[in-house]
Amino acid sequence: MAEVTAKKVLFEPIFNNNPIALQILGICSALAVTSSLSVTLVMCISVIAVTAFSNLFVSVVRSQIPNSIRIIVQMTIIASLVIVVDQILRAYAYEISKQLSVFVGLIITNCIVMGRAEGFAMQNGPWLSFLDGIGNGLGYSVMLIVLAFVRELLGSGSLFGVTILPVVNDGGWYVPNGLLLLPPSAFFIIGLSIWGLRSWKSDQVEEPDYRLSRQTTKEAF
Amino acid sequence: MAKKKETVTRTVIVALALCIVCSVVVSSAAVLLKPAQVTNRNLDMKTNILAAAGMLEPGASPKHIEELFQKFDVKLVDLDSGTYVDPASLGLKDPMKYDQYKAASDPKMSEALSSSEDIAGIKRQADIAKVFVLKEDGKLKRVVLPIHGYGLWSTLYGFVSLEGDANTIEGLGFYQQAETPGLGGEVDNPKWKALWVGKKVYGPDLEEPQIQLVKGGVGPDAKDKEHKVDALSGATLTSRGVQHLVNFWMSERGFAPYLKKLREGEV
Repeated sequence: MAEVTAKKVLFEPIFNNNPIALQILGICSALAVTSSLSVTLVMCISVIAVTAFSNLFVSVVRSQIPNSIRIIVQMTIIASLVIVVDQILRAYAYEISKQLSVFVGLIITNCIVMGRAEGFAMQNGPWLSFLDGIGNGLGYSVMLIVLAFVRELLGSGSLFGVTILPVVNDGGWYVPNGLLLLPPSAFFIIGLSIWGLRSWKSDQVEEPDYRLSRQTTKEAF
Repeated sequence: MAKKKETVTRTVIVALALCIVCSVVVSSAAVLLKPAQVTNRNLDMKTNILAAAGMLEPGASPKHIEELFQKFDVKLVDLDSGTYVDPASLGLKDPMKYDQYKAASDPKMSEALSSSEDIAGIKRQADIAKVFVLKEDGKLKRVVLPIHGYGLWSTLYGFVSLEGDANTIEGLGFYQQAETPGLGGEVDNPKWKALWVGKKVYGPDLEEPQIQLVKGGVGPDAKDKEHKVDALSGATLTSRGVQHLVNFWMSERGFAPYLKKLREGEV
């Protein structure tokens, strides 16, 4: 493994090792919360906070955690942080927390958080782990914001709730694409952006699992 | 490391310590933030009620909302008899504290509906409902009633506001629904909600609710057009659900006895 520096840890996950595009983690919430930008933004901040602090706390206690219960210990730390975030949202951002509903709670099951705690924070110091959490949170956020931008703009003709393309229902000219408001559309956009990202950074392209060997027998004519 | 990490005692100690720390963090967050959360929830409900009554300008401050809401009398209504219930008889000081939807799942405070009665798809109905009455100079000006029922994917929760004649609709809005975005989700579209304003719930005999959602729009000379609202395009089942739930709550099973008493000035 290459040497770990603060800058690398923080910026690597944004494009070079993006949790959604390369590690293919956290897809579920990327489908669910990206139909409007303001909701997405709050979700991103919550995920960054949870990944950063769970990494920090796991890293602080990493030498004390008995190996046999380490996953449960990480889970408990993550779950507690998520509950705290949920309570804060309900107290200070009620409207948005209503729209996010169960998805704040489901940050617990977001593989990115758990994956970083187990894969990075268990081996590294608190400061680096904290940055790694922020970095991965940012990587997740970049992808989510791209998704939400496309989905809200083409699905409801607005950005942050401000009308950009006046839709037909309100007397405008734009016929919104209803598919983009439904979760499956995020699959297409994630797919397209992975394609884009891998054409730009071609070292992310995976080796094919197998190749077809050449035809050995002649076909009957 | 001096000590071995992997003994049973150590595992138990670490697990216990972690649980204690985490539970203290979680419970203090819950306790400290509770007041702010309760304020938010109440404010949200008041906003919805005012919105249904058409009394809310966009961007109203919380203080303004509280002031507007002060004008309403919060009352508990026994749905069978249509008379008011004293909140003290339920052990409540403040009628705002009564939760109709919680009561609907309590066998002592609710009734199961038979499938022929249950056109709104709600299964159980609370015996007592919470209504919001606005009087001016002793005369009824408007009454806001809670309504809910099943659409296509979800139960829609909302309020309908009636004018002083307890018949003309002044506004209708749903504050919680999960219908298909862009189709059934258009129940939240202000343009569609505006179509309800001025419609009459009951015919001249004031007996059965007559609301209908019709496909293809309501023409200027359609028959009974004062009872008809344009259905949502591409959302047949949501429209049907809305029609049923409005008619259910306005029927004899719902608020009809109460509205009758209101009209006659008995309550």
